[in-house]
Amino acid sequence: MRPILMKGHERPLTFLKYNRDGDLLFSCAKDHTPTVWFADNGERLGTYRGHNGAVWTCDVSRDSMRLITGSADQTVKLWNVQKGTQLYTFNFGSPARSVEFAIGDKLAVITTDPFMELTSAIHVKRIAGDSTEQTEESVLVIKGPQGRINRAVWGPLNRTIISAGEDAVIRIWDFETGKLLKESDKESGHKKTITSLTKAADGSHFLSGSLDKSAKLWDTRTLTLIKTYSTERPVNAVAMSPLLDHVVLGGGQDASAVTTTDHRAGKFEAKFYDKILQEEIGGVKGHFGPINALAFNPDGKSCSSGGEDGYVRLHHFDPDYFNIKI
Amino acid sequence: MVTGATQNPTPPTKLRWGELDEDDGEDLDFLLPPKQVIGPDENGIKKVLEYKFNDEGNKVKITTTTRVRKLANARLSKQAVERRSWPKFGDAVREDVGSRLTMVSTEEILLERPRAPGSKAEEQKAAGDPLTQLGKGGAVLMVCRTCGKKGDHWTSRCPYKDLALPAESFVDKPAVPETATAAAGSGKNTYVPPGMRAGADRSGTDMRRRNDENSVRVTNLSEDTREADLHELFRPFGAVSRVYVAIDQKTGMSRGFGFVNFVNKDDAQRAINKLNGYGYDNLILRVEWATPRTN
Repeated sequence: MRPILMKGHERPLTFLKYNRDGDLLFSCAKDHTPTVWFADNGERLGTYRGHNGAVWTCDVSRDSMRLITGSADQTVKLWNVQKGTQLYTFNFGSPARSVEFAIGDKLAVITTDPFMELTSAIHVKRIAGDSTEQTEESVLVIKGPQGRINRAVWGPLNRTIISAGEDAVIRIWDFETGKLLKESDKESGHKKTITSLTKAADGSHFLSGSLDKSAKLWDTRTLTLIKTYSTERPVNAVAMSPLLDHVVLGGGQDASAVTTTDHRAGKFEAKFYDKILQEEIGGVKGHFGPINALAFNPDGKSCSSGGEDGYVRLHHFDPDYFNIKI
Repeated sequence: MVTGATQNPTPPTKLRWGELDEDDGEDLDFLLPPKQVIGPDENGIKKVLEYKFNDEGNKVKITTTTRVRKLANARLSKQAVERRSWPKFGDAVREDVGSRLTMVSTEEILLERPRAPGSKAEEQKAAGDPLTQLGKGGAVLMVCRTCGKKGDHWTSRCPYKDLALPAESFVDKPAVPETATAAAGSGKNTYVPPGMRAGADRSGTDMRRRNDENSVRVTNLSEDTREADLHELFRPFGAVSRVYVAIDQKTGMSRGFGFVNFVNKDDAQRAINKLNGYGYDNLILRVEWATPRTN
């Protein structure tokens, strides 16, 4: 396949997200401007100007009308997707690391980093349908985990919030009460910072990727470990195909391995694994730097990866991809 | 897209068929040949031949060659189609067509299947017993210059070709990590670390560690023994990945001992058996395992 290269960002990519229809791709990078592209040919539609710091995360509402972005400038902003105008700004005391709309787009979960005296926290904000009525107040604030919380997502039916972060423990919180319901097992869980988390299309299981060079598949309700996928590189980003039973891991390079790299460029790859057999199916090379973001188009026929090199690579799969057998 | 096929070719001057002369039959130039479509062939190339009158009233033939390539079945929802026509905003407003922000990669990237693990490992095992290799029927006696093994492979296909030629280059102790030595890459364009070299087994122990288990200590060496001598002495037993002779910096003389790392354990064992007690340059060598009793 011939990937489409999109070099709209000057700095490393941090996050990629497709909208529900799969025709728009939102990319966040450290260069302060999230960008939206058309997902079929990679043509740039527009950029959202307004943040003053690296944009770590974003999410788009189901109707693709609103975009929420979290940034290192300690704000989370709501945007009109079509016009690129800001609708609202939430202010926090520390950089925002992860945002996600709830099912129904009436709530959003936001995580903030530990900063000076503040510990890391998970905030839930109500999102008003009409942004002029938007208020700053939080529905719920959860404090507790040590270290940075890299990702927090909603569980099924918005009843729970799943968080994962630097302490390598995955936690499930009850949304109504804010209590901790479950924690992942220390022995079978990750050993190092969890960098990324992605849910399955039906929400029954999710995948977490960690710097301990592995990714693990968990059941959402019981938080039991289902599968483990191991690689040779620390995992920075994970994605699951909504169509086939494939899992994609994208990673970086251990600091200790820096001097041993191949002198040829373009060798950072996203690795595909069979979800059930845990075996590697193959790798897609091309990035010039560690891969920081991965996303699958909801139709499962294309995926995109964003790297430290500032490029977004959009891959439309060849027909033989769908016939791969181990 | 509307084509010229449906338009009625109106001649520049309105001619009525009754006014045409007999021999103006050929002059029916106001009629254009029909549009031809040479459908997509196996490469997806489609040619459309159209005939038109240009501004000066001349008949022109327009050939449009397009390559039809199915990227993806874009079954867009209604909203998606609407979104397609949104105006650009933000930094994209000033975008010119030649901005090259988005481009199709020139390389064809494939989903590379992982290599079967057997292929690398077998190369190692086969190299283990060079003497039996010699017996392989009728083959030309190939001698690899790098590792000295006979009958196994050509020099250019030596699996150990990236290793430093032990005699000249290696002065460091085997324990020192290899990232420093430039000598290793002396014969090549780039430095290739041991973990990445051809023939390196990356599953579990890396090559260096395995070699360290095949480390042989040689003591009671004469003063002027150097790496090259040890290499020459131990080479008949098999591929030697590293030699080291302890040298006193001040006098430049050997301190009487050294280490030889074989690639294969059996070679090391045979070397120990043969060379222990061997008279070499007026002293009797003592050759034994470097680490106590590796099994």
